[in-house]
Amino acid sequence: MISDRTAAYGGSPFVQISNFGNGRYVKQKTHGNDLLGEKMKELEYPFDPQYILKKRRALKRALIEQSGGSGLKKKIAVLGGSTTDDIVSMAELFLLNHGIEAEFWQSEYNKFWEDGVFGNDELEAFKPDIVYVCTSSVNLKFGSDPALTEQQADERIDAEEQKYITLWEKLTRFGCPIIQNNFDAPFYALMGNMDSWDKRGLCYAAHELNSRFAKHARDGRILLLDLERTAAEYGLDRWHDRSYYYMYKYMCAREAVPSVAYKLSLIVKSIFGKNRKLLALDLDNTLWGGIVGDDGVEGLEIGQETGVAQAYYEFQQYARQLKSIGTVLTVCSKNEHENAIAGLNHPEGVLRPDDFALIKANWEPKDKNLLETVGQLDLTPAAIVFADDNPAEREIVRQTIPEASVPELSAPEDYIRTISRGGHFEPISITADDLARAEMYRRNAKRAELAASVGDYGEYLKSLEMQAEIAPFKPMYIGRITQLTNKSNQFNLTTRRFTQAEMEERMESDKYITQYGKLTDKFGDNGIVSVIVGRICPDAKELFVSLWLMSCRVLKRDMELAMLDGLVAQAKAKGLTKIVGEYIPSPKNKMVERFYPDVLGFRLVIADDDGLAKYELDISSYENKNKYIKM
Amino acid sequence: MNEKQIYERLNEVFRDVFDDEDITVNADTTADDIDDWDSIEHINLVGAVEDEFGLRFKMGEVSGMKNVGEMVDIIMKRGK
Repeated sequence: MISDRTAAYGGSPFVQISNFGNGRYVKQKTHGNDLLGEKMKELEYPFDPQYILKKRRALKRALIEQSGGSGLKKKIAVLGGSTTDDIVSMAELFLLNHGIEAEFWQSEYNKFWEDGVFGNDELEAFKPDIVYVCTSSVNLKFGSDPALTEQQADERIDAEEQKYITLWEKLTRFGCPIIQNNFDAPFYALMGNMDSWDKRGLCYAAHELNSRFAKHARDGRILLLDLERTAAEYGLDRWHDRSYYYMYKYMCAREAVPSVAYKLSLIVKSIFGKNRKLLALDLDNTLWGGIVGDDGVEGLEIGQETGVAQAYYEFQQYARQLKSIGTVLTVCSKNEHENAIAGLNHPEGVLRPDDFALIKANWEPKDKNLLETVGQLDLTPAAIVFADDNPAEREIVRQTIPEASVPELSAPEDYIRTISRGGHFEPISITADDLARAEMYRRNAKRAELAASVGDYGEYLKSLEMQAEIAPFKPMYIGRITQLTNKSNQFNLTTRRFTQAEMEERMESDKYITQYGKLTDKFGDNGIVSVIVGRICPDAKELFVSLWLMSCRVLKRDMELAMLDGLVAQAKAKGLTKIVGEYIPSPKNKMVERFYPDVLGFRLVIADDDGLAKYELDISSYENKNKYIKM
Repeated sequence: MNEKQIYERLNEVFRDVFDDEDITVNADTTADDIDDWDSIEHINLVGAVEDEFGLRFKMGEVSGMKNVGEMVDIIMKRGK
């Protein structure tokens, strides 16, 4: 083999690896397409790590052919404390499967701190959308040391924490999210169990650093990748594969690498709004044991009486918990409607009919029901996770709705793990809006019913009894404002993304006018649904609107008119006479291409061949446009 | 498991790892014979061979191997 390059392993291997760490991409051959058209079930949990490690090239080729280059393009800088090439190539696959075409840049081997703190020309030019600091217990350069005083033990932990704080502070120059690993439990414990509680122990230090990292995550400084849990899930003895560490400087076993990459991909897809939103549940033998139509409600296995009953009980409990992280639940079951309702009212059950935004219990094909469900809830097929114990139903849905995720549910005792480890609903923050989301979708379904029953649209809007709160950004809402800004794609005129810190800066600056809109109607509170940021140009006495977006769940409610009314009022108060808006086309915002001229009555200033256009509105004699929403 | 069988399985591993159906290795094959075989792919290759034959190379073995033939010798002794 083994050419000079590789023969060097075992001597000073990391020097070798570092040569390849720098912005290096694997060359691709393009021939054959045996995997084309096949769904990438291979890349969903539970995946086979050996298979995807071995077949990475063919998988990548197939994924790129499938997407046809339509994926979201994002740049990820990986600052590694160990060899990260495999983590990158695996994350690349998982992200492609989430519709994200990531380009990676890697620091040289173990230069994460130097590159991050002192800068690196390549890294600066790369302009990452995300920085991932991939460190682990192998980067803790001290060990358990009983000779330390308590103060010295504290100090070395403080120093280690400070090292990372400095790194994160320096990394803010990129204005992008920072994903940071916490520490896996160290390879061995010198003092045994005592190592975990005595301050001189390395295990104690790793734990303590993890709690401090968690605090920084709560403060919004970083997003944590829970490497500690990832290693535990994999099994710590297998995780610490020392020969791969000594030879190749791997922080964990080669076979554990896909697990780390998978966790990374979950955070990244969550950041870019690629989470799924809906869990569509079958009933018989999915939410309870038995068939309600045949066995009757009293014959169902659910509750605390038997082991099987308990498994279904806990699964119902889990589904209900998912609501609390913003997942919308629906039923998709072949059943008589009244039997379904009766089953869901089982006295020993957890879920109740009201927990579901929609209940589809009928004899129509499930794919048809699922598509109707997302249609009625204003979601897309890509929002669906479909949970069904029946392999035939799963297969039909996989084939007819390829965008949906269909986890392989085998036995009720494994349902929770299978869905949970899939990470379909992985939150990076949970706002009050998320908590209310499930309820909101239920109300949406009710609104749709009302709309169908009222003939005239104006009458319908009036009957909604809408009330809006429209005001400059407030600190209490800034989290939700940032979240909405970074995940809105369709009703988004410019698709500019901002970090929370950048939003706060605009909120506090008198160079900007900011505005959020919150909409309530007789069915409940929709929360914050619209965001505008405009820069004041004092010389021209105009407001340049760099961001205007709205949640699609309040489309056609005249909220955009109410927002314009509010914006004009703010602009006038600052003595401005003109509002300038722009439309920047993206693959997803065609919906608002004609928003400024057709909906708001702006005048075209200039447009180029790529569809980018600039509009303006003279506001000196502006009259309020909104008729249906009370302020 | 005879040598022929080992080479058949080994060829499959090489083809998968380098995504090239045309690869056929023999005892004299080295990293210089395959375009994409660099130090990173070497790790993948060794890992995939270990997975295929259910064995772990010892640390000294990996750095000492001169060609595919030496790898096959080890597989003959310990592979499954």
